[in-house]
Amino acid sequence: METLADGPFLVTTLVKVLLFFTLLMLMVAGLVLFERKVAGFIQDRSGPNRVGPWGLLQTAADGIKFVLKEETYPDAANLAFFLLAPMLAMVPATILFAVIPFASPLPTGWGVVHVIVADVPIGFLYVLAVASFGVYGVVMAGWSSGSKYAFLGGLRGSAQMISYEVGLALSLIPIVLLGGGVRIPDLVALQQGFAGQGPPTLGLWLFLPLGVGFLFFFVAGLAESNRIPFDLPEAEAELIAGYHTEYSAMKFGMFFLGEYAHMLTTAALITVFFLGGWDIPFWSGDNIRVLADGTVIGNPTWWKTVLTFLCFTAKTGALVTVFVWIRWTLPRFRYDQLMELGWKVIIVAATAYVFIVAGAVLVLDRMGIPFGLEYAGILTALNVVLVGILLFGVDRGRLARGAAYDVVRRLARTSGSGAGPATPSRT
Amino acid sequence: MPGGVKVMRRPGKKGSYVRAALKGMSVTFRHMVNPRKVTQQYPDEKWELSPRMRGTHRMATHEDGRAKCVACGLCPTVCPVNCIKLIPAEDENGERYAAVYEIDEFRCIFCGFCQEVCPVEAIHLGVHYENAEYSRERWVYDLERLCSQTQPFTALWDPADPASE
Repeated sequence: METLADGPFLVTTLVKVLLFFTLLMLMVAGLVLFERKVAGFIQDRSGPNRVGPWGLLQTAADGIKFVLKEETYPDAANLAFFLLAPMLAMVPATILFAVIPFASPLPTGWGVVHVIVADVPIGFLYVLAVASFGVYGVVMAGWSSGSKYAFLGGLRGSAQMISYEVGLALSLIPIVLLGGGVRIPDLVALQQGFAGQGPPTLGLWLFLPLGVGFLFFFVAGLAESNRIPFDLPEAEAELIAGYHTEYSAMKFGMFFLGEYAHMLTTAALITVFFLGGWDIPFWSGDNIRVLADGTVIGNPTWWKTVLTFLCFTAKTGALVTVFVWIRWTLPRFRYDQLMELGWKVIIVAATAYVFIVAGAVLVLDRMGIPFGLEYAGILTALNVVLVGILLFGVDRGRLARGAAYDVVRRLARTSGSGAGPATPSRT
Repeated sequence: MPGGVKVMRRPGKKGSYVRAALKGMSVTFRHMVNPRKVTQQYPDEKWELSPRMRGTHRMATHEDGRAKCVACGLCPTVCPVNCIKLIPAEDENGERYAAVYEIDEFRCIFCGFCQEVCPVEAIHLGVHYENAEYSRERWVYDLERLCSQTQPFTALWDPADPASE
């Protein structure tokens, strides 16, 4: 089977762009409702249920409200940047979807079509580059609003997102070490088995052989998308609404859409990098691979495309559910705890992890173990141990600790030396 | 440390973010899959009101639709917030009636004294609470409006327990 010629390429790309953008926006709309419903359930409420059956039209009503409300422009705002910021908040989260493969390749009359908007050879680097764009929307909004609360929110946002950027990138390096390339369909194929056809692959979803990387990417991804417990840029108790305090109507709506699109993107990236992308577990029929030079391995059919797309959606949906669940459970970090976790734990441990994985790969290659399931199994065992060590370290205040730790220790020291009145708690 | 400040024993070194977070997650998960909803879907389901609930007024009428009020003037006298405006008049048979009878429901505190004091059981509070209006003026109920109310009269005492025992 042949891959696509140049002529229909433009047509299919246009169709894909329209289709996926619409899909993304619909999913964002659904996600907003889903989040509010889950929030309701977790708090023993009903969630929105007035607009349409089960509140299904709630998001549409919200959208109409956003469009119809008054646009306000603060006197002190720098108008050019003030207008640019919402776009910069929404666009990076949206265009990240361009390099995410949604389903197995689809055979058409003109050849095999990738179900990915842009199969760029540097997809992985594109992800990192565009993800770091997200911070500009936050900083620009905070700075250009001419409001101290927005400014503080923007500052926090920039510091936080830049800090976790590093952890995000570092936690992905081991994937490249194993995948030997940065093209994203190759990284998906790395997690599928091809029984000796084409370049060797691991055949195991990477959250097992790269468990620590998965944990770090999950945490850094939460921080990147400014979700609780990392939503300090918009900590409403301190900063009103943070960087988007001064925004109204659809300009706020764009921040809102951007935030939810970012959440979907993060979930989709975790799916692609660690949960096998569109791979259906325990079934080798969907293991289809299109190499960079256009060679097709496996048997693409349209119903496999549909099935794998559903599988991808299910995985992403499960991750999004976890994000929402976390948001309505955990309290926000204190700012210094956030920075401590970012700089002193994630960056350090992720750097060490890159070297550990590199060393493990070197040793395994020297031992002559073939790149495949056995290879992945050994890495999995290594990672189980590493995750254990990491959790043991983070637990019990060895690496990260609760807010009261320093206070209690200081109190223990002062009262132990006999200075000051004995505290009732120490009896 | 200043005296009298009680320092609570905090988990401190034994505190664990990971385990505490997981514990919290398990709690919220239980509620997420099995929410114990207590929300009353208000406009669809309404409260069961006590017969003694004191809401906006209703004037009792004779069979022919005239208000039972004899304009004796007791209710504006007893009203602690002066929300009742009464101008009495006499008809050709020499019977007193209220030419103007207005209750400012915004000012009313729903104490129910007017109902208690009424010698002919004309003015009553009603078991009713949905009174939204678009203007303040609409909250001054005139005699016609008071007579056309349909909510049940407020019971002054519980018939099963008249002495409030």
